[in-house]
Amino acid sequence: MKPVLEITDLKIEFDTFEGTSHVLDGIHLSLGKKDTLGLVGETGCGKSITAKAILRLLPVPPARLVSGEILFGGEDLLKKSDEEMKEIRGRQIAMVFQDPMTFLNPVFSIEEQLVDVISAHSNRNGSRKEIDRKEAKKKAVALLGEVKIPQPDVRIKSYPHEFSGGMRQRVLIAMALSRSPQVLIADEPTTALDVTIQAQILKLLHELVERHGNSVLLISHDLGVVAKVCRRIAVMYAGSIVENCSTEALFNEPFHPYTQGLLNSILTFSKRKDAAQGIQGGIPDLIHPPSGCRFHPRCSRAMKICEIEKPSPVEAEKNHVVSCHLYPVRKVKSF
Amino acid sequence: MMDPLLHVKNLKKYFPLRKGFLEKEKTYVRAVDDVSFSIRRGNSFGLVGESGSGKTTVARAILRLIEPTEGEVRFEGMDICRSSESEINEMRREMQIIFQDPHSSLNPRKTVFKIVSEPLIIHEGLRGKKLRRRVEELLETVGLKSEHMFRYPHELSGGQKQRVGIARALSLNPKLLILDEPTSALDVSVQAQMLNFLESLQRELDLTYLFISHNLAVIRYTCDTVGVMYLGKIIEMGEAEKVFSMPRHPYTKALVSAVPIPQAEQPETAILLEGDIPSATHIPSGCRFHTRCFEKIGAVCEEREPETYCFPDGSQVNCHLFKSTALDDEAGHGGGSGKPLETKDR
Repeated sequence: MKPVLEITDLKIEFDTFEGTSHVLDGIHLSLGKKDTLGLVGETGCGKSITAKAILRLLPVPPARLVSGEILFGGEDLLKKSDEEMKEIRGRQIAMVFQDPMTFLNPVFSIEEQLVDVISAHSNRNGSRKEIDRKEAKKKAVALLGEVKIPQPDVRIKSYPHEFSGGMRQRVLIAMALSRSPQVLIADEPTTALDVTIQAQILKLLHELVERHGNSVLLISHDLGVVAKVCRRIAVMYAGSIVENCSTEALFNEPFHPYTQGLLNSILTFSKRKDAAQGIQGGIPDLIHPPSGCRFHPRCSRAMKICEIEKPSPVEAEKNHVVSCHLYPVRKVKSF
Repeated sequence: MMDPLLHVKNLKKYFPLRKGFLEKEKTYVRAVDDVSFSIRRGNSFGLVGESGSGKTTVARAILRLIEPTEGEVRFEGMDICRSSESEINEMRREMQIIFQDPHSSLNPRKTVFKIVSEPLIIHEGLRGKKLRRRVEELLETVGLKSEHMFRYPHELSGGQKQRVGIARALSLNPKLLILDEPTSALDVSVQAQMLNFLESLQRELDLTYLFISHNLAVIRYTCDTVGVMYLGKIIEMGEAEKVFSMPRHPYTKALVSAVPIPQAEQPETAILLEGDIPSATHIPSGCRFHTRCFEKIGAVCEEREPETYCFPDGSQVNCHLFKSTALDDEAGHGGGSGKPLETKDR
């Protein structure tokens, strides 16, 4: 099946005072129709940069595109004009951010903000059939109902500060889904929330996506969150994707040493004391990234070649792609 | 049995809210509302709860960084709440806190050496070579090298910064360490390292930990005893293993089932709580959890605040569901009405 969104060899650098930071080092990623893909990794590995690059939200400069393309519906998003991007943002690719308070304007009521979003998107439509505000409001109330805000017709008059964190995130999800976009990017949508609220939001997100049939790219540092929602998971480390496979394969048979280490580090309820290992060392500085495979200084199974050559993604098993010199050729021969 | 190192009894902290300056009636944020627990020497006690449940306020009241409204905090038998300023200063040497955010709890304009040596200069009057040797020793204990000594906080990684905070806390040989979300700001691969390190440090230096976290897995991994807080109250307390494997209080059940598990097979039976956490200014009547409870038994939950029911295994629960069970099962142990229980002393 043809993917909805396909990223090939995306390289992005940032010019900083200390030097050039090699933030994305050749990302390959594809998102199929109705697919749910989780993008996991630790702080600074480039998860959010990838999301922002897709929507072209990175400030240029300091960001600089070195190579690569992002194909959406067969067209390269990186070659679009700003006007064309405006048509895509929110309507075809929408995004839900981490901290709902910073993305809602505190001086406007939820009603004004939702109605603005709905009418702006409708009125930019080619047909020029203007939605009036009354109609937009009706739609806004319906949307709030859909994200399970109680008494939507009353609560729509509230201001963001009158809503709790969970409710604000619901509003943002309502906004993002208002134009039923093909792709929904959720960047750490539950990180600012408490666990009991997180469980509510994840369930809501799951239901809505099932109903609307959007493709989802869920970004999180929490493998547990991703496991709950996604069918496939891509693991990022220091600007590249080291492993990309189905959720089952990732947890049951991870290939990459980093993924193995990461799974070993996570504290779960079943883990006994001292069972969690952690990974030696810290996250590398992306201004002076390690040569070859960027994980080699922390890797327990590093070989000579790891210092010299960057491993390219290999399909070690069917639908299980890993970038590591331990898997030089395909394990299973394709016929 | 030895006396507990720290004994907290009926601790309350209400923050007054002024409504407008003509308003006579004062409202309060009841951040901590009658909390009792005790920690034995060498043990780790964990406080878990969601944001706003009052975990950090408990920690700050224990150190008397804020004045408790009511209640008693006994540290080695001395009542902290009724001690004078100078007595408190002496006592603070013995109890130290490590904060959540290592970036903001270290002075960016001081080197690691200055940060770690400050308490030694103030409390012990160390100078010159002696001071330097002691700082080197401390850095070594927390796994930093002497080359880190003259660096500034911004030159260190998050994990290293947290280690500097630990070195500073350890400098006066405290007996009690309060760890307020010590790993929340760290990445998972570093978090496990840090917890294992804290664990070995405890064994080595015979420390007692009060561990505060919203992360249930972290608490289960590190603590012997755990108290689950909801809106300023401990609603369930007991051995960590038992509380998490066999939660009794409906809130604990929901909390445990809400934690996303990193595995391929996702359990279907997640208990989903409805609604949000009520505000601490308007704590619901009766049982404070009744607005979200899925096992509510009736009017009694809305009207009467549940007492503390103790179980023979040493755990205790604040929930009307256990009124009969706790009493019937073990007549000798049950029915403790709000009495703080010496945890695990059986």
